[in-house]
Amino acid sequence: MIHSLFLVNASGDIFLEKHWKSVVSRSVCDYFFEAQERATEPENVPPVISTPHHYLISVLRHRIYFVAVIQSEVPPLFVIEFLHRVVDTFQDYFGVCTEAAIKDNVVVVYELLEEMLDNGFPLATESNILKELIKPPTILRTMVNTITGSTNVGEQLPTGQLSVVPWRRTGVKYTNNEAYFDVVEEIDAIIDKSGSTITAEIQGVIDACVKLTGMPDLTLSFMNPRLLDDVSFHPCVRFKRWEAERILSFIPPDGNFRLLSYHVSSQNLVAIPVYVKHNITFREGSSQGRFDLTLGPKQTMGKAVEAVLVSSQLPRGVLNANLNPSQGTYTFDPVTKLLTWDVGKINPQKLPSLKGTMSLQAGASKPDENPTINIQLKIQQMAISGLKVNRLDMYGEKYKPFKGIKYMTKAGKFQVRT
Amino acid sequence: MSASSAFNDEKGGSSSVGEPEYGHDPASGGIFSSDYKRHDDLKEMLDSNKDALKLEAMKRIVAMIARGKNASDLFPAVVKNVACKNIEVKKLVYVYLVRYAEEQQDLALLSISTFQRGLKDPNQLIRASALRVLSSIRVTIIVPIMMLAIKEAASDMSPYVRKTAAHAIPKLYSLDPEQKDQLIEVIEKLLADKTTLVAGSVVMAFEEVCPERIDLIHKNYRKLCNLLIDVEEWGQVVIINMLTRYARTQFLNPNINESLLEEGGGGDKTFYCSDEDEDEDEEKEKQAEVSALAKRKPYVMDPDHRLLLRNTKPLLQSRNAAVVMAVAQLYFHLAPKAEVGVIAKALVRLLRSHSEVQFVVLQNVATMTIKRRGMFEPYLKSFYIRSTDPTQIKILKLEVLTNLANETNISTILREFQTYIKSMDKDFVAATIQAIGRCATNIGEVRDTCLNGLVQLLSNRDELVVAESVVVIKKLLQMQPEKHSDIIKHMAKLTDNIQVPMARASILWLIGEYCEHVPKIAPDVLRKMAKSFTNEEDIVKLQIINLAAKLYLTNSKQTKLLTQYVLNLAKYDQNYDIRDRARFIRQLIVPTEKSGALSKYAKKLFLALKPAPVLESPFKDRDHFQLGSLSHLLNAKAGGYQELPDWPESAPDPSVRNVEVPEWTKCSSREKRKEKKVEKPFYSDSEGESGPTESADSEPDTGSGSESVSVSVESGSPSDSEESEESSESDEDEEEEEKEKKKKKKEIKQMQASESEQSSEDDRKRDRKIKEQKSNSESESDEDSESESSQSESSDTESEVEVKKKKKVSEPKPPSKPLKKEKKEMSLLDLDDFEPTPSPQVTPVNTFLSNSLVTDLEGLSLSDSVLSPATIAPSSALKNYELLHRITGEGLSVEYCFSRQAFSPDANMVAVQMHFTNNATSDTKNLHIEDVKLQSGMRVKEFAEIELLPAGEATTAVMGVDFCDSTQAANFQLCTHTRKFFVSIQPPVGELMRPVFLTENEFKKEQSQLMGMNEISENLTLDAKCRNEHAIVQRVTTAANLSRVPCGSDKECRFAGKTVTSGSLVLATVATKDEGAAQLTVNCEKMVIGTMLVKDLLLALTQ
Repeated sequence: MIHSLFLVNASGDIFLEKHWKSVVSRSVCDYFFEAQERATEPENVPPVISTPHHYLISVLRHRIYFVAVIQSEVPPLFVIEFLHRVVDTFQDYFGVCTEAAIKDNVVVVYELLEEMLDNGFPLATESNILKELIKPPTILRTMVNTITGSTNVGEQLPTGQLSVVPWRRTGVKYTNNEAYFDVVEEIDAIIDKSGSTITAEIQGVIDACVKLTGMPDLTLSFMNPRLLDDVSFHPCVRFKRWEAERILSFIPPDGNFRLLSYHVSSQNLVAIPVYVKHNITFREGSSQGRFDLTLGPKQTMGKAVEAVLVSSQLPRGVLNANLNPSQGTYTFDPVTKLLTWDVGKINPQKLPSLKGTMSLQAGASKPDENPTINIQLKIQQMAISGLKVNRLDMYGEKYKPFKGIKYMTKAGKFQVRT
Repeated sequence: MSASSAFNDEKGGSSSVGEPEYGHDPASGGIFSSDYKRHDDLKEMLDSNKDALKLEAMKRIVAMIARGKNASDLFPAVVKNVACKNIEVKKLVYVYLVRYAEEQQDLALLSISTFQRGLKDPNQLIRASALRVLSSIRVTIIVPIMMLAIKEAASDMSPYVRKTAAHAIPKLYSLDPEQKDQLIEVIEKLLADKTTLVAGSVVMAFEEVCPERIDLIHKNYRKLCNLLIDVEEWGQVVIINMLTRYARTQFLNPNINESLLEEGGGGDKTFYCSDEDEDEDEEKEKQAEVSALAKRKPYVMDPDHRLLLRNTKPLLQSRNAAVVMAVAQLYFHLAPKAEVGVIAKALVRLLRSHSEVQFVVLQNVATMTIKRRGMFEPYLKSFYIRSTDPTQIKILKLEVLTNLANETNISTILREFQTYIKSMDKDFVAATIQAIGRCATNIGEVRDTCLNGLVQLLSNRDELVVAESVVVIKKLLQMQPEKHSDIIKHMAKLTDNIQVPMARASILWLIGEYCEHVPKIAPDVLRKMAKSFTNEEDIVKLQIINLAAKLYLTNSKQTKLLTQYVLNLAKYDQNYDIRDRARFIRQLIVPTEKSGALSKYAKKLFLALKPAPVLESPFKDRDHFQLGSLSHLLNAKAGGYQELPDWPESAPDPSVRNVEVPEWTKCSSREKRKEKKVEKPFYSDSEGESGPTESADSEPDTGSGSESVSVSVESGSPSDSEESEESSESDEDEEEEEKEKKKKKKEIKQMQASESEQSSEDDRKRDRKIKEQKSNSESESDEDSESESSQSESSDTESEVEVKKKKKVSEPKPPSKPLKKEKKEMSLLDLDDFEPTPSPQVTPVNTFLSNSLVTDLEGLSLSDSVLSPATIAPSSALKNYELLHRITGEGLSVEYCFSRQAFSPDANMVAVQMHFTNNATSDTKNLHIEDVKLQSGMRVKEFAEIELLPAGEATTAVMGVDFCDSTQAANFQLCTHTRKFFVSIQPPVGELMRPVFLTENEFKKEQSQLMGMNEISENLTLDAKCRNEHAIVQRVTTAANLSRVPCGSDKECRFAGKTVTSGSLVLATVATKDEGAAQLTVNCEKMVIGTMLVKDLLLALTQ
């Protein structure tokens, strides 16, 4: 399975290596660097590279390449999924997963990697088990450790690996018992030039933060479970129960986790929360282009559209943009040609607009492509599909927990073609 | 790595001085400090007796290892701390040890004793971690120690330690492949482990050590399937992949049923024709038989195959992309076509994930779309490309869109492509143009549209776009050049502007190839090219020579000199390919005195009609690699890849998967057998046959061929069993024949004759025959009386009465006979599969059966005055299904049939009549059902425990199953006092309903309410023997438990029933037309039931 792991930063340096079987020379990464050079964009490095003796499978997260070295047949997704799990664990432990954070915590990283794989085969990937084995570093603990010389390694043995619910720690205790659920939906859409929707779908997740004492057994039911077309569960969810009754029944892991991700059935029409009026033109022969963009709310069910961020990759011929936003601020990066406009909240009475001119390379012919506009936005207290949680019940423990449910809608990959 | 980056690393390390692990180290301050000195310092710290210092040192050492720096010279100092009390120090020492043990083998041995001690620790976690580190130390000397440790750990009490043992197996194997045989033993042992913790790891070990030993899986197959959902996700992936391979070797291809079915049906017919007499009554019977056979013959999925598909399906909902992909490939490779569709949705969901996941999933989807386009068509829009996708994802999505394109969606796809062409990503634009070309070749309707679009692109400002278009246009034009001389002219003009060599070469080739379509332009182009010849790229030069040669052949007047000029230029070209080509062509086309025979054929050589290129997906035929595998992704065999085997022609013995008795039960059963030895004389007395000494030693499961009277003789050697099969077949004949009233005696004689041919010498058998005859006559007399009564009651044709009679026969006889006599008879009849009538011995069944008889009679009397054929539900020839084969059941064989009686304890249940035959030499006790595993909503009413089934005896019992109107199997364990057998009952859809009586008007009214989605109709051609009304009625009612509805028209037969659980109405109509054409219509609220019923009825009527 996974033979070795190399961590490569954006400038092409290997800053960490770990071997689970015999040592593979880091020169194997040269093949990776070659591929990296060939790729124009960092994300265009092929995830699977074949070399004479090894295969390199890599993922790019937070501008770090995680390059796994494989020697024989293994499902590529197996490795990719595992590498992402590693990154998620680092993020969970250090808050961020940057080169600096990894270098600062190199020993913890090493201990984690040691526990996560045995001879290249995943051993403990549940964050709850790992946290029992290796305590995440906190500022306080680091200080205490420095002074007293005590350790990050858990004193007690990892009993979680033995339990029937491997995702939950045993002996969890809280003074305030609380369970929060965030229903977050994202709209993926492609809107064409004329403003009609080419494709639109809603993907949602339910993220949970559960801090409950003991071994609670929760059930969560929806008012309209029929909306959910395709779902994937955290392993804690009892599948049979969902199949039969459309109720989520589970013993939750401790802390933050993703309970469910779902896709809303495509029969339902997707409400598009904003519309964009655009007029981006380049005239032949002139070194000027017009840029005119207006945003407005469309189907928002009376809720405010917030945190709107518009970004667009302008054609290479554009030298600079001289624009005037009616609200918010805009930036234009003349190197990457990326235009971003931080709009903020849309006020239906006074629609935000961004107008002005673009200066083009003199003499060059007009660019024949039109930029795509990507939009990010947030709508609080609403799930755009109309999904509603009916009730949340707890069994197995005596106390009364505090329960909270929050809805939010975001734009996912929301693109407007011009 | 270059020296400079090593230097960087160094700096990186020292720049993080602020962190605790470096904080106390004054030496790490600068890059000038030598490693040597620094290590001295570390050694000191390691030797100190303060844990804090040791920890500090270890942390720094680990940081060095992490950065890939050599710390091997610290080995002695570090290894001393292997027994350190501090857990973190210990762990870090382990990390160090595993990393460097290979280099310092001798010193590493010092640590071994610590781990050996750890292996004996009472705490399971310490045992596990000791084994883990011990097995990770790659030192050949300790192989025997590792082997011993693994063996011990494999039988540890703690599943966690066993899991660690499983992990250690591949480690040892890679260290010393010689140990394979011993390791396989351990694997075999661990495979039998029943805990989910171990399952994934041991299958992993299996895959690495002995993937070819598929035989080890047999006994664990069902267990693995059942555990699968609870195994951790990584283990699931490995198990699913392994089971895919396993299933390919053990089951039949679920998608070849059609052809098999035809062959099978035909063969049986001829068999019967030759075998039977020329009675005209036989005709009908034969049909019944054939239809019954046809039902048995078509592909029936092995229940184990079904089990795998069923148990993996929920995992499509896993959050782990690898698991989803594994299930998807399993379905793609193993599931019947109709069921593969379920994976599309899950795969499309993965497209939301990280781009690396998308990359892999799209590769697999691209392969799948070639074989099963329909599956992804509903998700077409999910493959639309966003400008933010990385290029490699865009190109894969394009591939999928191209594969999905067909006549109906091509216009939408082309509209999408139009937007893509405007993209800023030029690689992507080029790929889009290629994709348009492929759509145009695949779908004739849009070829002209695409061509026009591409021609427009020729005026694009971007040269790459133009070049790519030229290349694609060239390919398209090759398909129908006559029509498009304008385009060729247009392209000829482009030679002035386009600089991309490939495009120039393509244009020149086109002009040369179709020079007769552009006779005026072609020489001019050559003239221009001749001018610029020296400045062209090689590929263009070659095409110029090519063009010159072609023109010379067609139009030598105008181009002779030009050609000479070009060839002369080429003669002195730097590139030898070009020189070579020029020389070759000159010889070929310019006639000289020396020119050989070939020059005559020059025209044929150059102007031959070239076949149009086939634009194929690069993903074509990739599915010979197992999907989801690395090899599939690379389209090349990766090391250690296990080929996905082809389906076997005929299924290997499914009984190998039957689970063995655990050892302790075996022992106890032996003890019991001993007890039986004592009992035996009693039985043998009563039977008056078997010698006690003979049967005492005979193994019931192996059937060692001892001469004891019971069936072990039959189940023994293959020849015996063959014979028994034969005789069982002839018994079936008998069965049928018994039902014939008129010819019965003659037939019995005849049958006897044929029997005696086969196995006449056997006295016992002859005895049996006589008895049988007796019993036949008895049952017939019963029948007679009954049929008389019904005859007097019903005013119907004879055949229907006959049908009814058959039903009577197949029902157990009322327990009128004295028990003793019956028993005697059974013991004589013991020999084999004589099971036309379940024997009515057991009392609980009796009550039930007599009940049902009464209700039946009631029904008859009710119906008499009013009706007509309608109420009679002819359940002729109940089909028997095997529940437990006597070999797997170690002598106990169980068959079941759907008796079509109301199950009196619960009206919502389907009555399943089970027929137990004890073929073993020993008694079976306490037959009962345990551990019922059901789909949600299903229920089972178990039959009352059968306390004793003496050797050689048979009995029946009735159980009720509420299938919840689905054809899901009911799985349970059939337990005897010694053994447990996993069995399952799967109902054909026709048995999930019971007849209801409707009048014609009611029928029409109900039917009119079940229109639209609830109505399914199919046209069919009736089987030649099934063109009359009776035959149709008979076949339909055999296939499904429906009753006939009276009908005014003789062109239509109508049937009605209700599903057993929900009571939804099921209406079926067969409207016959001329020439055996017919239309079958089924109306049912439950669409699934309806669809399946249509399928079954179609089969019944057409075969």
